[in-house]
Order: sequence, then structure tokens, then C-alpha cells
Amino acid sequence: MKRHSPFFLAVPDLPRRRFVQGLAAGGVVLGLSSVIAPAWARTTDTVTGRAPVLTGTEFDLVIAQSPVNFTGKPRMATTINGSIPAPTLHWKEGDTVTIRVTNTLRESTSIHWHGIILPFRMDGVPGISYAGIAPGETFTYRFKVEQSGTYWYHSHSGMQEQTGMYGAIVVTPEGGETIRADRDYVVQLSDWTDEDPMHVFAKLKTQGDYSNYNRPTAADFFRDASRDGIQSALDKRKMWNEMRMNPTDLADLSAATLTYLMNGATPAGNWTGLFRPGERVRLRFINGAANTFYDVRIPGLKLTVVQADGQNVEPVTVDEFRFGPGETYDAIVTPADDAYTIFAQTMDRTGFARGTLAVRPGLTAPVPEPDKPEWLTMTDMMGAMGGGMSGGMSGGMMPGATRDMGHGGMAGMRHGGMAGMNHGGMAMAPGASASSQVRHARTEYGPSTDMRVDMPRTNLDDPGIGLRNNGRRVHSLADLSTLGGPLDPRGPEREIELHLTGNMERYSWSLDGLEFGQSTPVHFRYGERLRVILHNDTMMTHPMHLHGMWSELESPGGRFQARRHTIPVQPAQRISFLVTADALGRWAWHCHLLFHMDAGMFREVVVA
Amino acid sequence: MSADMNEGEAMTKSKRVHVLAMAIAALSVTVTPAWAQTGTGHVEHHGGRAPAVDAPRKTQGSMPAMGQGGMNHEATPATSDSHSGMKPDAPQPSTSGAMPGMNHGSPSAPQRGMSGLEQGTGTMDHGDMNMQGGAAPPNARDPHAYSGGYTLDSGPHALPGPRLLRLADEHSFGALRVERLERVHTRDGNATAYDTQAWFGRNYERLVLKAEGDAARGKLQEAQTEVLWGHAVATYWDTQLGVRYDSGVGPDRGWLAFGIQGLAPYWFEVDATAYVGNSGRIALSLEAEYELLLTQKLILQPRMEINAYGRRDPARDIGSGLSDAAVGLRLRYEITRQFAPYVGVEWASKFGESADLARAGGEKRSETRWVGGVRFWF
Repeated sequence: MKRHSPFFLAVPDLPRRRFVQGLAAGGVVLGLSSVIAPAWARTTDTVTGRAPVLTGTEFDLVIAQSPVNFTGKPRMATTINGSIPAPTLHWKEGDTVTIRVTNTLRESTSIHWHGIILPFRMDGVPGISYAGIAPGETFTYRFKVEQSGTYWYHSHSGMQEQTGMYGAIVVTPEGGETIRADRDYVVQLSDWTDEDPMHVFAKLKTQGDYSNYNRPTAADFFRDASRDGIQSALDKRKMWNEMRMNPTDLADLSAATLTYLMNGATPAGNWTGLFRPGERVRLRFINGAANTFYDVRIPGLKLTVVQADGQNVEPVTVDEFRFGPGETYDAIVTPADDAYTIFAQTMDRTGFARGTLAVRPGLTAPVPEPDKPEWLTMTDMMGAMGGGMSGGMSGGMMPGATRDMGHGGMAGMRHGGMAGMNHGGMAMAPGASASSQVRHARTEYGPSTDMRVDMPRTNLDDPGIGLRNNGRRVHSLADLSTLGGPLDPRGPEREIELHLTGNMERYSWSLDGLEFGQSTPVHFRYGERLRVILHNDTMMTHPMHLHGMWSELESPGGRFQARRHTIPVQPAQRISFLVTADALGRWAWHCHLLFHMDAGMFREVVVA
Repeated sequence: MSADMNEGEAMTKSKRVHVLAMAIAALSVTVTPAWAQTGTGHVEHHGGRAPAVDAPRKTQGSMPAMGQGGMNHEATPATSDSHSGMKPDAPQPSTSGAMPGMNHGSPSAPQRGMSGLEQGTGTMDHGDMNMQGGAAPPNARDPHAYSGGYTLDSGPHALPGPRLLRLADEHSFGALRVERLERVHTRDGNATAYDTQAWFGRNYERLVLKAEGDAARGKLQEAQTEVLWGHAVATYWDTQLGVRYDSGVGPDRGWLAFGIQGLAPYWFEVDATAYVGNSGRIALSLEAEYELLLTQKLILQPRMEINAYGRRDPARDIGSGLSDAAVGLRLRYEITRQFAPYVGVEWASKFGESADLARAGGEKRSETRWVGGVRFWF
């Protein structure tokens, strides 16, 4: 891994608009090469804004430093075969694929096949699966593809993922595609920074909110006070101020630091997918961002979600969905007009990635303004306790969220009560649903954590902050129902509980209050079926990615919900999933926000 | 660094208890809420702060939420279970759904949480909810309980050799913050003042350097430089242990330092340090500042600083007791978060014997300072 340099220099502000919108030319350096030739062969050209497609069973991938320009400032990216995104790999279920990855960097690299079930030595996590790919070395991955759907791949070394190493994987089912579509596009979202990501990380260590330009101000206070009264304005701030936490802490990095990309194109670059009116268009959305949750919608079109994390689900038609780094959603749209905007605003509402669906190139549709950022609510901070309070709280403490909170409170309490009753204090005797007894680790009482939630919410039907009651039909985890049910009909033999923890002021992220370096592995007994409870003791949503095995999300009542490789856990939420520990070896398990992972919100899993 | 630490510890061993007591005494005046919350949470836990806990229960706070049971389709089957199981255990069925869940949480904390909750619209005091700090209850979960005895570099399937994967929690970072670099204008003349702090290390252990002073007429008037080992003791608080060296006009002085630095509720940045010097000198210093965001970039920063000495040091114009204080207001504009010019005004005064010594030296006892400077960090 690259040495972390302790000191770094300020980078002057770019002209705001160009920074947010990016260059129309979308990062192409020295002109776009017109043929889809091996762009990596000429290292001066970096293809961005579209991904070449590679098909077959043998692949050669070359990792290199490549010049890019997304904002008007030339920078070096880390690329796979010279393009951002990396080539889309088309595989066929049942095939054995061979991928030779050659490292031309001066540092070690790796590629992880995100969501792919494979032997652990092929999983591509340096220090866990293998030693990584040293400079000048070629590593050969070979494994049988035993699944189908939309996945992706990315570097698992240092900050290389943020600097350009991500691409899509499309696996065709063995018996042919079951989801009928006339067009099929990968829509891969990501985020880019002109700065060295490790410098950005170091800045967060110095000032955790340095990228947040939506912090509460005196002006906000006077606005609230004149509208709702001084007491109400004070009440609204009291808890946040006492706890020294920030209600606008929706993302560690905002558009002040990041440029948001769709298929490697900036908003001004406007990636465009073509269609003929009336066609069914399949959009394979992949969140390949390092640090950004996206809320995706296409004004004028309904999205029928047909797949999540590569697994077919009961189709659900929505206006919008949120997904975090690591997650994928496939949606079918049937456009009829000439042009539509694919609008992916960031969770913190400071920017957006954008593309267009159009009947011919060059057409655009209106681009919406991002929604107003909302303050986190009591539900986000206190879970069911916050929800229970909603009825009694007045004065805009939780603007417009009463319905969801009622839900939150109710679900948490009902199920909480029930499970708690059934199992009393016996945490190791799992029942039909997850234990509600909150068991904080003793290491959560120190400097590594800034809050603990004693009464979490367990409901899955909350789309999350900024999406509640926005007038649109927003997808939530409760909408997911993976076709075919669980892979393993067994109930859990035991239950383990892990808490998601952090300290925003110190910018430390951990599990159970322990960063990776101080942790011990989590042992899954080979062959067992177990329940994992993830309990979020922070105010941020964490997309938790378990390598090597499926995470079968269950409802608060213990009913199978969805098969995922990455499960977002909202603030003050407690969710559970079942795992069949059928994959011998050592695996990574971490928050897929890259900076949280690198900060130590990471565990090793041993299946033995 | 660890060698330095040990040395520092050894040096202060004899006086440490004394220093500690002084520091705590100094702090108790100013940061009691935070300190109490983080340090003595466990005591409060059982003490239960009667008024808050016994606040009249307003069940309507949670009832409407409960009433919406039909909204979650899964609630229905669960309800019957929960009722059958609930009866023997639930002490206050009248408060309905909220209570059973709470009874199964960690024993005392949620109850306290509930009380805070039910104060509802009034004075919701999260401090009672124990969401931060405190001491782990005896039955707290062991974070290594799931390891099966394996470690990151031993056990089945571990890669051979030493552990390769080291994330940022095992790397050192650092920063230099120049809080104030300013030109000071008073009726009697001008000076240049600086106040910087640098750190290097990890999340919970770091080397801290502090330098503060001023120069006038081309000469260093007063300089105070500290080298400290910072150790995280609570969510927002670090203890600091090390040495301070004073130079400038008059003889130089060396001190051992023990302090605490952190963030008090309502975002007050506090830095309080006790010092022990040669021949039984002791000193206390306290700094506090606040940042009022007028807008995202225009920030008003009130700041205060107080120094007190245990015995007189006429060679440095210091009397015993409260010696000097400064209260300032600076308005900065953050061109970037890392670079901000500012203007401000500061009122500074000497007290007691220090004031007498200043007067005797032909200086004013108090003065108003107009300042302009830059704040930056990297």
C-alpha cells in the first residue's frame, strides 16, 4: 500500500460551476480515440464516458496510470485497460473465466469481483485472499461463474478504486436471459476527486466536516426562530449541540470535493443511451462510487426494479431508488418521448450525476435541481425512540416524517418487544426473528464512538433521510423480494451481532468500536447457517458488503426478504440477515464507503 | 515516539498525582458537563438523576405511532406473540409497546432513555439518554467473542507471514493548524502574534506541538512552546502530557504540562493545562473558543484565554494568582476551509500583582488590541 503522507497542500477552489458540472468533453485527454482499439496500448489516451465491452472466457486486463481531465485540471487516474469505467466484462453462467491482470503501476494493485461467488483465493483482497499483484506482475484469476446478473469489479488496494479502477460485469444466465428487454445499458455511477484521495482522507482527520457546506448557521437559526419561535429553534438544535453532532452530516465528502460521474462522464459530459420509442430498456445501475450514495430517478418514467445485486426480484415499479457504493439495481423503463434525464442526485444534495436516454444523440431533457438537503431526524439518531417521540414532538423537529417515524417506532417496538420476550437474555439461541436485545460491545464506550443507539428501528420500509414523503414512490428494502426464496431453507443455528460505529470528530470508523487493526476475525463455522445482526450506532448509512457468501436479508419478523451482497444499514437501524457459511477461507466484510473501509470499518471472516 | 512517551511519563511520575489533581480542579470549573458525562457516566447510570427520570410520562408521545400498527404488515403476526410473552415481564402495560422492547435492552440505559424521551417537547435532555460516553456495563458484549480464538494472522486459511493488510487506523497522519497568525495593533504600538498547533500520530495517540507567542520591535517578547503526548480518553477529549518551554523577555522557564483538550457540549473548543515548573512553580492556563457560522464561509469566533500562577516570578513580570486574561472576537472568511483571513478585536488585561508589575514596568494594565491575520491548516 502507498505510504500515507502526513502533510498535504491546499488545492485552490476551481470555478464552481465547472467543478460541479465537469467538462463537457468528460475527461477525454488528447481527443477521443474513434475505434474501440486496445486503448491501454497507447497510454496517453484515456477513454472515459463509455466502457469498452469484452466478451468470452479469456480476458487480459492491464492496470496503468492514465491521464484524465474531468474538471479542467489534468490529473492522473488509475485505469484498467485505459478506460473509465473499465471494460464491461460479459460472462456466461457456467463458464470458467480466466482473467490475466497485469500491473504496470509502481505500487501493488488488485481486482475484486464484487458479488461473485468464487474460491477465496480468487477474491482479490490483498492481505486476505492473496498478497496482491506486485508491480510488473501478472496474476491469473480463474473461476467458474455460478450465477448470473449485474455485478462489478474494482481495485481493493488503497484508494485505487476512487482513482478510476471500476468496471461492470454482466453475466448471462445459463438458459438465456429471462428478463425481456430491447436495449440493455450499464449505468455505472462513480465519484472523482482531483485531489489525492489519501490527502482528502487526511483532511477529514483534521476537520471531519471540511467538505460540508450545509452546516447549520446563525442565519438558519434566525429563519427557524422567526418561523417557529425561538424556543422551537433552540429545541431543534439542543440535542445536536449537546452531543456535538451535525444534523447535516449526510456525506463525508460533498460536491466541494467530488465530481459525480455516470459511466465515466461528468454531468456536462452527459452520457447518452439511445432507444426507439416503445422499447423496453434495461438499465443496469451500479454504484461504483467510493463515497457517494445516489438517489436515482428518470423524470417522466417509471422504473420497474427487476434485479438487486444481480438477483432477480419480484418486479416493483417506483419513481426513485437510493443505493450506496457496492449495490446494484436493474430497472426496466419504457420510454415514449424523445429524451429523458437520468438524474442521480447525491444523498447530501450537493450535486448529481446525470445522463440522458434519447432517440438520437445530442438530445437532452430538462435537468432537475437537486432537492433541498434535509436535516437528519430523531429517527436517524435514536431509532425507535425517535419514532416513538414523533407524536409528542411539535415544532418541526422532524419535518414531515411523522408517518415514517410512526412506522419506525412501531416496527421497532412491536418486533423488538416480541423478540426480546421470546429469547430473553439468551443471545445465542436464535428464534424466528432477530433478537432485539441490544448488546453494545464493551469497546463502544470509549473514544472510538460518538453515539450508541439503545432502541434501534428495525423496519425496512423507510427509504431514508431526504426521501421520506417527497411525493414520489421511493423504493425501500421492504420492496425487495428475491425470486426463488432463500438458498438454504434452514433456520439459523446461532446469531451474531455487530455494531457499526464511528467518531465523526476524530474521523474514525469501526465495528463494535474497534478498527480493523485491533480486531479479531469473525469465525463462521463451515456449513452452518447463521444470523447476522447489524446495528448502526452512527448517523450515517453504511453499505455493508460481505465477500464470498450471500447475505439473505430478512424482515423484522424473520421472513426472507432479499439476497444481497451489499446491505445498506441506515442510522439507528438494526437489520438482520442469514448466511450459509459454505465458502471455506478468509473473506473481507466491510462498509463499502471507501473511506470508512480504509478507516477500519472492516472485519475479516474466517470460514472453517 | 513511545520512547518519548515513557520518558515523559517517568519524568513526571513523582508529580503526576499532584498535577492531575490540579488539572481536574481547573477543569471542574469549566467543562464539568462534558467531563462528567464522559468520565462518570457510569455513576450517573445508577444514580438516575431523579428529576429527569420521574418527569411525568406523556404517553401520547408514543401512542400515535403505536396506533399505526396496520401500516407494517408484519406487525400483525408479531403482535400476538408479543402480547403473550409480554405480560409476565412488562411492568407498565399502560405505556404499551414501547416498554417491552426497553426492558430487554441493556438494563439501565434504555430506561433512562425513555425518561428523556417522554419529556418530549419540553427540555429533552439527551444527557440522560446515555447515548455517548459512560462506562461499559459489566455484561457488555466482548468484541472478540466471535473470533473462535483466531487472529488476523493465525488460524485456518491465514496468509503466511506477517499481516499485510493495514488500513488507515494503523497509519499515522498529521496536520499543522495555524489558528492565528496576526498583526496586532494597540495604542502603544504593533506586534505580530502566532498561535499554532501541529499533531502527528493515529486516532487515539498522537504527538502534539503547540506554539504561541508574539514579537514586537523585531524581538521575541513572549513565546510558549509545548511538546505533548495526546491520549484519547473520551469521545471528544484527549489528555495531554509533556513539557512547555517559555522564552522571550526575561529568563527562560521550563514546565511539565498536564492538560486536557477537546470539545465541550455546544461545540466549545476547550484547552486546559496545568503546569509544574522549577522550585515549585505552578501555573494554569485555560483557552476556550467557539465558532459561530454566520454563513457557511463567514465565521465569527469568540475566544478567551486565562492564565494563573501559583507563585510570583518578577523576572518575567508575573505575579501570583490570576495573572492575565484575554477575550477576543475574530471574524474570518473561509476562502477555502483551509485558508481564511480575519479581522478582530481583543481585550486583554493583567490582574493583581501581575498588573502591578506591568504598571511598574511602564506598561498598561489592560489594552484593546485590533488584529488582522490569517488562519490556515494543512
